[in-house]
Amino acid sequence: MHVLKALIVDDEKGMRLGMQRTLNRYTFSLDDIEEDIKFETETAATGEDAVEKVANWSPDIMLLDYKLPNISGLEVLEEVTTEESEMVTVMVTAYASIDTAISAIKQGAFDFLAKPFEPADLRKTVKKATKNLILAREVRKLEEEKKRVRFEFLSVLAHELKAPINAIKGYLNIISDRVMGNDVEKYDDMVERSLVRIDGMKKMISDLLDLTRIESGEKKRQLKKTSVTNCIKRSIDTAEPLAREKNITINLHNEDDIEFMCDSGEIEIIMNNLISNAIKYNKDDGQVDIDFDKKDDAVEISVSDTGIGMSEEEQKKLFDEFTRIKNKKTRGIEGSGLGLSILQKIVNLYDGKISVESEPDQGTKFTITLYKSAD
Amino acid sequence: MSKDITILLVDDDIDFLTQTKVRLEAEDFTVVTAESKNEAEDLLTKDEFDLAIIDIMMEDEDAGFALAYHIKSKDESMPVIITSAVTSETGMEFDAQTDEEKSWIKADTFIPKPIRYEQLFTEIERLTRE
Repeated sequence: MHVLKALIVDDEKGMRLGMQRTLNRYTFSLDDIEEDIKFETETAATGEDAVEKVANWSPDIMLLDYKLPNISGLEVLEEVTTEESEMVTVMVTAYASIDTAISAIKQGAFDFLAKPFEPADLRKTVKKATKNLILAREVRKLEEEKKRVRFEFLSVLAHELKAPINAIKGYLNIISDRVMGNDVEKYDDMVERSLVRIDGMKKMISDLLDLTRIESGEKKRQLKKTSVTNCIKRSIDTAEPLAREKNITINLHNEDDIEFMCDSGEIEIIMNNLISNAIKYNKDDGQVDIDFDKKDDAVEISVSDTGIGMSEEEQKKLFDEFTRIKNKKTRGIEGSGLGLSILQKIVNLYDGKISVESEPDQGTKFTITLYKSAD
Repeated sequence: MSKDITILLVDDDIDFLTQTKVRLEAEDFTVVTAESKNEAEDLLTKDEFDLAIIDIMMEDEDAGFALAYHIKSKDESMPVIITSAVTSETGMEFDAQTDEEKSWIKADTFIPKPIRYEQLFTEIERLTRE
């Protein structure tokens, strides 16, 4: 049972008690929430009393008589309406002129209930107001969640960008202090390592740009019939130099020319990510096997490697932003931790899916399925 | 001129390891590095060290604390310095000096990252002199 607080403000005792009785007995359900809703009620006979009860009792809904002695309903409304307030107010009035209606709405009233009314009218109005209240709360919750996620993303990002800068600064300080003497060659490894960290940072920034472009929808998608085969071959060419460093062979198991409605840039980002992972997390002299096929209106692409593989625990964290699998075997492998997040977002654009099979020390196989884009 | 002091330096950040090792060696300390708690524990069974410098967050969130505890339970007199970037990243502060902290942090001192090397050298001198 979800209990909401309703404050009834009316200078007529009969009205207060009547409304209170109706609401105390009223339970109903709404589509958006599982529990039934009922009310706990409080009453106020004057505007002053109402203002005080709003402050101290924090009602969810206020039924506010327009005509009150001393301070009027409109003044009460003005007094209690704040930016943070989530309370929904229904004005109850016998003198509903257009003018009063406009001023009340301007003051933040949600609805009107004209006197005299039947209990059924009261229930109907209160139900409508409750629905509005709950929707507004959900929107607010979602926005807060969005803000929290964005903040978390930014703080992790700041950390990820600071780490390489600190490392590079440390090396430069050592070089500038000539900690190991004046022989320049002694510092070669440090210069080399600084360059590796700079490249890592550059990759992170470009991944980040890809990610934000996809997320904001800013990147214009160019969907047209495209040869998936050519996209994959281009990605293989891009990855060849990296593969050669570890003497890894890349095998393409399908030579058919398959066409698919897609954005060739997106397919290349997907393939570049999958193939470079398959090389980075592979063993020396390993294999990368790529296969693809068209099934009805979908394309399925798989990339498997003979690398270090992942435990089930590690697989669960795979698609989290900035998450990189950290263990003895992944030592020294550079990455932004954004590749698979980007991949996931692109695959979502095709209503597609990604599946992962992996066995520690045996290798990993990623399979992605893309469906014909709707637009 | 060697100072005859051998330091075990433990951190999973290889850049930090390289840099701190070079800095310490320039001050004539002998330095052995380990990239994980397990690797450090291995080294501890084989060799003798005069002092350990340990990063708190390694493979597990508190691997450094666990390693410090491991060292101190074997040899209470071996000086342990813990380091971490948690202070600069989260604002969380601790100094291993209050009684409450001493009860669960088994270390002689805490030095926040980014490390000021002068402070590190002073602490090492102080802890190894005693």
